[in-house]
Amino acid sequence: MTIPGSWYLVVAALLFGLGAFGVLTRRNVIVMFMSLELMLNAVNLTFVSYARMLNDVGGQVDVFFVLVVAAAEVVVGLGIIVAIFRQRATVTADDISSLKG
Amino acid sequence: MGYLDWLIAVPAVGALAVPFISLPEERRNLVRGFGLAISLVELVLAAVVGIKFNPHATGYQFVTNVHWIGSFGVSWFLGADGITLVLILLTALLFVIAMFAMKGVKDFRAYVGWMLLLEAACMGSFTSLDLFAFFVFFELTLIPSYFLIADFGMGASGRAAVKFFVYTFAGSALLLVGIVSLVFIHDSETHHLTFSLPALMNTHLSGTTQLLLFLAFTAAFAVKTPIFPFHTWSPDAYRAAPIPAVVMLAGVMAKLGSYGIIRFDLELFPSTARSLAWLMLTLAVIGILYGAVVAAGERDLGRLVAYSSLSHMGFIVLGIFAFTTEGMSGSILQMVNHGIYTAALFLFLGMIYERRGTLDVGKLGGLQKRAPIFAAMFMLVVMASVGLPGLNGFVGEFLILLGTFITHRWWAVAAVAGVVASAVYMLWAYQRAFHRSQADAPPFGEIRLKEALLVAPLLALIVLLGVYPAPLLSRIGPTASSVVQHVLAAKAPGAAAASLPAVVKGVK
Amino acid sequence: MSAVGFVVLFPLLGFLILLAIGKRLGDPKAGWIGTGAVLASFVSAIVVWLSRLGNEGHPYVLRLFDWFSAGGFHANVSLRVDGLSVAMILFVTGVATLIHLYSIGYMKGDSRYHQFFVYLNLFVFSMTVLVTANTLPLAFLGWEGVGACSYWLISFWFERPTAASAGKKAFIVNRIGDTGFLLGTFLVFQHLGSVSFSRITAGSLNLSPDTATAIVLLFFLAAAGKSAQLPLFTWLLDAMEGPTPVSALIHAATMVTAGVYLMARLSPILALAHTADLVIAIIGVATAFVAAMAATAQTDIKKIVAYSTVSQLGYMMLGIGTGAYTAAIFLMITHAFYKALIFLGSGSVIHSLDGEQNIRKMGALRKFMPITTVTMILAWLSIAGVPPFSGFFSKGAVLENAFGDSPFLWAAGVITALLTAYYMGRLVYVVFYGTPRFEEVTHGHDPHESPSVMTIPLVVLAAAAVLGGLLNLPVGGFGFLGSWLAPVFGTAQAAYPMSTGLKDALMGTDAVVALLGVFLSWRAWRGASENPALERKVFLNGWYIDAFYDRVFARTGTAVAELADTVVDQRVVDGAVTGVAGVARLVGGAGRKVQSGLVRSYLLIMVGGLIVMLGYVLTVAAR
Repeated sequence: MTIPGSWYLVVAALLFGLGAFGVLTRRNVIVMFMSLELMLNAVNLTFVSYARMLNDVGGQVDVFFVLVVAAAEVVVGLGIIVAIFRQRATVTADDISSLKG
Repeated sequence: MGYLDWLIAVPAVGALAVPFISLPEERRNLVRGFGLAISLVELVLAAVVGIKFNPHATGYQFVTNVHWIGSFGVSWFLGADGITLVLILLTALLFVIAMFAMKGVKDFRAYVGWMLLLEAACMGSFTSLDLFAFFVFFELTLIPSYFLIADFGMGASGRAAVKFFVYTFAGSALLLVGIVSLVFIHDSETHHLTFSLPALMNTHLSGTTQLLLFLAFTAAFAVKTPIFPFHTWSPDAYRAAPIPAVVMLAGVMAKLGSYGIIRFDLELFPSTARSLAWLMLTLAVIGILYGAVVAAGERDLGRLVAYSSLSHMGFIVLGIFAFTTEGMSGSILQMVNHGIYTAALFLFLGMIYERRGTLDVGKLGGLQKRAPIFAAMFMLVVMASVGLPGLNGFVGEFLILLGTFITHRWWAVAAVAGVVASAVYMLWAYQRAFHRSQADAPPFGEIRLKEALLVAPLLALIVLLGVYPAPLLSRIGPTASSVVQHVLAAKAPGAAAASLPAVVKGVK
Repeated sequence: MSAVGFVVLFPLLGFLILLAIGKRLGDPKAGWIGTGAVLASFVSAIVVWLSRLGNEGHPYVLRLFDWFSAGGFHANVSLRVDGLSVAMILFVTGVATLIHLYSIGYMKGDSRYHQFFVYLNLFVFSMTVLVTANTLPLAFLGWEGVGACSYWLISFWFERPTAASAGKKAFIVNRIGDTGFLLGTFLVFQHLGSVSFSRITAGSLNLSPDTATAIVLLFFLAAAGKSAQLPLFTWLLDAMEGPTPVSALIHAATMVTAGVYLMARLSPILALAHTADLVIAIIGVATAFVAAMAATAQTDIKKIVAYSTVSQLGYMMLGIGTGAYTAAIFLMITHAFYKALIFLGSGSVIHSLDGEQNIRKMGALRKFMPITTVTMILAWLSIAGVPPFSGFFSKGAVLENAFGDSPFLWAAGVITALLTAYYMGRLVYVVFYGTPRFEEVTHGHDPHESPSVMTIPLVVLAAAAVLGGLLNLPVGGFGFLGSWLAPVFGTAQAAYPMSTGLKDALMGTDAVVALLGVFLSWRAWRGASENPALERKVFLNGWYIDAFYDRVFARTGTAVAELADTVVDQRVVDGAVTGVAGVARLVGGAGRKVQSGLVRSYLLIMVGGLIVMLGYVLTVAAR
């Protein structure tokens, strides 16, 4: 049985929505980070689906780029979080607001 | 590389090298020696330029012109004429003295670095004939000045530094708009994208456009000079800045404004300059008298000299917009003279502040009794700034007033009152700070040899340029007369007997 | 004739030497160096004079170097030798030498002894430059130079606030006049294309009368400042705060006469400006009268002499205004003799009374100071114009020409002459005669005659004051000064045709008036030291002119300046700028509320923006 390509896209859209909801609602920076990863992977899924549907390998290549960027972003991001945690002993986004106008 | 390139490169490279000098904590003041060495090399370079300069030629000399950012029409285009030459000499000299005057910090690296960067920026501004490069250098002067005022200043220096920065930056924004507009207008006319001053001088501008551009350019220069009513940053900044910085600020950077007016306003927009001369002359005269009146009411010597600078810079603007060779030569000469005696005045104020911790004339008094040699030297400088013949302040002031009198008699008559007023506030301040005798006042040390050597070159120049200014005047003369010829030869732009209401209509 | 260079050079050298090593030389060597420099200058002046004998008609110009030039304007440093400048350098350096000599004694023991001679030599340098300059800017250098030296010397004892203020006032009031000098120079350049006196003399005929009037009035403003004419004379009274030799040299004999010299130098232009001449004459005679009235009521010995100087300067200006340039110069020279003498004599008195200047605390000094007394009496008779003393001839010449111009000017002049003889008589009687009143000043010990270094100049000056009339006797063939100056003034000099009888009558009137003044002072002050009826307060306070200036100009000026500083600049001008900054801050304040620092709200705004854009793209743009 073949699953239609559109299902993959629906799943990706759901994942993306889930991720966006998480980023907007959660206050814990680490959870926000995880939600962000979810959104990135949703996009990856979309890329792969379209690559398959359109028979274009370019979509899969892009996924590799995204993966690498996401990995780098996690490294930097977690580094910053750890640094903030050491300074402030908190990972709640609302408490980190020294740059407010 | 030509001499002018070196003039910019030497301090720039020096400034970049300073952060990389690592010395043990206790020998950090050796950095000062490095700064001194660089500025001395710079002085020698400037002197060589002065010697090699051909006083009879009118065009630019020592020209370097290479493509820089080709696709935007930006070139590295340097050149010197009489105005540039004397200002380069002044800059190089004052920087050496300012370097000697640096004191009061443990780690000289930042101090020296900013000073050298400032020197490079000043040299670049005076020699650039490409509007883009000029703007870059013109703006670049702000950054070191900001940090010099904010980090090494006295009193509420942070606030003064911000005021200075924002004020000059606002003017500069208009200058940038003006430059870009001019370049694009020129581009649309000739399909030749260039920032080169000689090329842009041939742009055909309608009266209204020329007027707007003139105002945009002048805004930046008026703040820098300063011209009334754009002066209020200067008393705060001059008062708050450390002495070496204020020597540069009042001695050299103020001249960037008047230099810019001659070099860019008059060269690029001669007919508007002519039609708006009445406005500039009036502002200059108001500045002369207003600065003098405020100075007379001022109790703080630092602010007093700042206001007297406003008054004296008014004379310079007056001479520029008189459009006579006499007035123009006088103004250019006076830029140098004002730089010299103002620098000397501030150096002396620095010494007073160091001894007494105040510049309030009410708290000083009786200094001449305590330190007669100090007082005599200070008196010489005061008399130079008052314009006593035989000292350097006189010749420029005389030529300015003469030149103005020939073409704009009544402005000159009003400005002459400034000659009286300068005697009033200067002598009054001198009397309150130096005369009388205060038996119970804290001691006031006589001038030390080191301090005397610091001001000696300036004092010597005050006398020398008062008695025999010919070496400078003969180099200024051809340039001054060619600028005046350029302005007078300009045809009035078609639509513009440009008055402000006409502009407002034009904008709509 | 190039020796004129040395006339200028020697005092400059003296100044430089004293500036460098004066302190080390100390008292009295520094004084001798200074005196020697001026003496050398005087000798050079004599050499110049001798070398000129025989070719008086041709001015000689010594060009030194180009001072500054721009466009069509050239200012040379060049010295002019003609009858006028030679007469000036002779009497300036001559009187200056005597006063330097006197100062060696007078300033003895002062803590800034050498500095005094530094200034004094610089002054003589400036003064010689002023009177020999061949261009207006160079003359201005001397003009301002003497002003600056005057400032330094008046406030020489700067520990006294009054001295410091007086010096400053002198400089500032002179500066007011100097604006006239500057503007006059500009006008001359604009119309004649040159500022050298040679060209002015040659080209003055091309000037229109209006231009000439403007030029003359501008320069007269300068002269009124320097020569203490109405309304700018008040500084000269305050200038008495300076050491007495300074008052003698600068504020009596030389500097204050610079204005008269300047007007005489510009005589070719004055000859064209009749209205201006009348103004000068009226102001001159008015000054003479106002100051003489004020002199009758002063109690400070130096103030009496100062008002007397103002009054005499008024006479000189009267001479200038009536075109009697030779007479004015003649009066200037004789006045230098007797006024310097009066000042030095007063200084001698002050010196012996430990600095006391109030004439009420003097009296009967003739017994203790015979030389001073005799010389002072000779000076009195000279200034009073008693024949055959010098003042009789010089003042007589001025008055004679004034009569030729207008009898009213003459009448005012004669009344002033009466006052002159009277107030000087009052000074002599109160100070040297009557009863001794100096006990509380001297604390018992008697006043003493001054040392010979001070009395020798007195004697020499007394001889000059008595015999000065010989310079220019109103008898054919003996008018040396007149024939000496004739080539300079030429046709500018006014000539009033008068019969010999009229001339004799005028001279007789002068003599009678002088003697009457002497008699009146004898009547009133023979034994008295006070007489309220004759010493009106309004005159004691100098007609309240200075108080008026103080109230109207000085105080309001100060108030305006302080207002400008504290209110106008900081509130209004800077306030306008701060206002702009305030508006910017207001707008920014609204904007900053958006920047809450909450990541979630930023994200929400971002998502909201995305949705709006997406909606726009899908609904509107896609169509």
